[in-house]
Amino acid sequence: MPTNLQSAETEAVGQAPWTWPVFAAPGLIWLVLLFLVPFYAVLAVAMGGIDPIFLKPLPEWNPLQWDFTAFGEVLADLFGGQLGVIAMRTIVYVVVASLFSVLVGYPVAYFVARRVERHKALWLAGLLAPFWINYLMRMLAWVNLLSPDGLINKIIGFAGIPEQAWLEGRHLTVILGLVYGYLPFFILPLYAALDRIDRQVLEAARDLGASPTQAFLRVTAPLSRQGVLAGLVIIMLPMFGDYYTPNLLSGSPRTRMIGNQIDQFVNQTSSQGGQGAALTLILMAAVGLLMLYYLFNIARVTREARE
Amino acid sequence: MTLREAFTNPWGKPRALRLVTLAYILWSMLPVAVAILFSFNSGRSRSTWQGFSLRWYVDDAASVARDDSLRLALLQSIRLAVLTMLVATPIGVALAIGLARWRGRGARPANFLMLVPLVTPEIVMGVALFLVFSNLYDFVPFGTWAQFLGHVTFSISFVVIIVRGRLFAIGRDYEEAAMDLGASPREAMWRVLIPLLAPAIFSSFAIVFAISIDDFVISQFLSADASSITIPVRLYAGARQAPPPSLNALATIMLLTTTAAVLIAAQVLRRYGRREGQPDSAVAALGRLDI
Repeated sequence: MPTNLQSAETEAVGQAPWTWPVFAAPGLIWLVLLFLVPFYAVLAVAMGGIDPIFLKPLPEWNPLQWDFTAFGEVLADLFGGQLGVIAMRTIVYVVVASLFSVLVGYPVAYFVARRVERHKALWLAGLLAPFWINYLMRMLAWVNLLSPDGLINKIIGFAGIPEQAWLEGRHLTVILGLVYGYLPFFILPLYAALDRIDRQVLEAARDLGASPTQAFLRVTAPLSRQGVLAGLVIIMLPMFGDYYTPNLLSGSPRTRMIGNQIDQFVNQTSSQGGQGAALTLILMAAVGLLMLYYLFNIARVTREARE
Repeated sequence: MTLREAFTNPWGKPRALRLVTLAYILWSMLPVAVAILFSFNSGRSRSTWQGFSLRWYVDDAASVARDDSLRLALLQSIRLAVLTMLVATPIGVALAIGLARWRGRGARPANFLMLVPLVTPEIVMGVALFLVFSNLYDFVPFGTWAQFLGHVTFSISFVVIIVRGRLFAIGRDYEEAAMDLGASPREAMWRVLIPLLAPAIFSSFAIVFAISIDDFVISQFLSADASSITIPVRLYAGARQAPPPSLNALATIMLLTTTAAVLIAAQVLRRYGRREGQPDSAVAALGRLDI
């Protein structure tokens, strides 16, 4: 890390002070026009009206003229209407799927990070493989297996169990689909956190009289907490906005999630674009804490890399 | 040995843990393996094996080669990924260099703006882009153009993260040495810094190609008609309609494409690693590719 004096010197012999902002400019302009402005468009549509002739959302760009009707409707439906049921279901699905993920993911990450003695690269490749297989392909694979004429029904048929309609509105199918889809993304950051723990720290704990159980509970587990949290945030964020998993593995209103509702408002019934935009904003506010945690985590990792 | 002992005794043999991990890897790979296998089935069934054939790749009227909707999806995915890679990488590299060195007042908000897309749920970005293209930028047609703009938007930040890791590792000493030896700042940049950044730039190309071809939500929200359907969107649309095995064949081709991109990237990274005296396994390099 150069001292202030050195870096001042560098500036003097190096590039002019405006050089670096100029380098950053194309990317920043791109992000302003195609990330910030679109986000403002969501606000403008949520707080706008409806074009009476074309029945399309009419965005209101001036905050002083904002109309909170659509927002109020969505909020009212959320507290006491059908939307409330959907939101509750989304939360239950995500929490249950996350718990499953921790239960399965922790032993797996722990084993490959700390306990593998030979062929570690091979084990790691097994954990990384799902990353390079498209999410939709992985869901298609399950649709194949679970369809009425699929392999699963055939196998249970041999055992004398009648054919099951796995893909028709079953909560468990959707939850397991979410686990299958997102678990690899939970395992990787946890693996990295567990892999960083110094073996000598554990040996010190043992030398100081900790039983193996105490060493795990009081050294390994606390040191891997950051990894568990990071993994949970990474999988919970996309799960809260997921609409394709329930659509592919069920498609029934019984398993509808918040994402399905947004998809329907925005993509399918254009007159409800305002409600869709309002619901998107509410979703974002709801997962805002997760986003902030993730954001500060990335910022912290970057800062550490720099030092 | 019980699972509890397996966890707590780091000096014993963790048989239970090994079993759990093996079961997990099997569970994660087997469904996909079955899907790939049945793309080579000579019959239409997705559960009864009727012999090996390439029928669903080339011959049948519903095969990837002959069904327009499948062939177009493949072309659209590749076209979009190549375009995105070529545009997002240079913009991202410049942004990474700029943000790493800019010390002025705007640097912090600029850094923040770069990070937020990484943590924004895809559906939020999809809705936002859909609404801005339909209400404000209505000169941009839905379809390839809108999808291209959307893909570059979510890719830029990935490039920045990859490149700046390398930037911090390099430090400024080499450039300063070049300038002490008489290079102009511009020469120091092009003849010292950019060559040193080459591995990171190369992995950015590969990663952007992979995340673009992998994307579903943005591609779907911004698609227009049959001509702008990408592979994941096609898989989504076809999965529940009793699809022929050619849908599996399309997914398999996509998997081969991504795998090829990743393997090439890993090989190149490995070669760089060796040249710099750090022989490194391809798997470890792959692990680092992901963030």
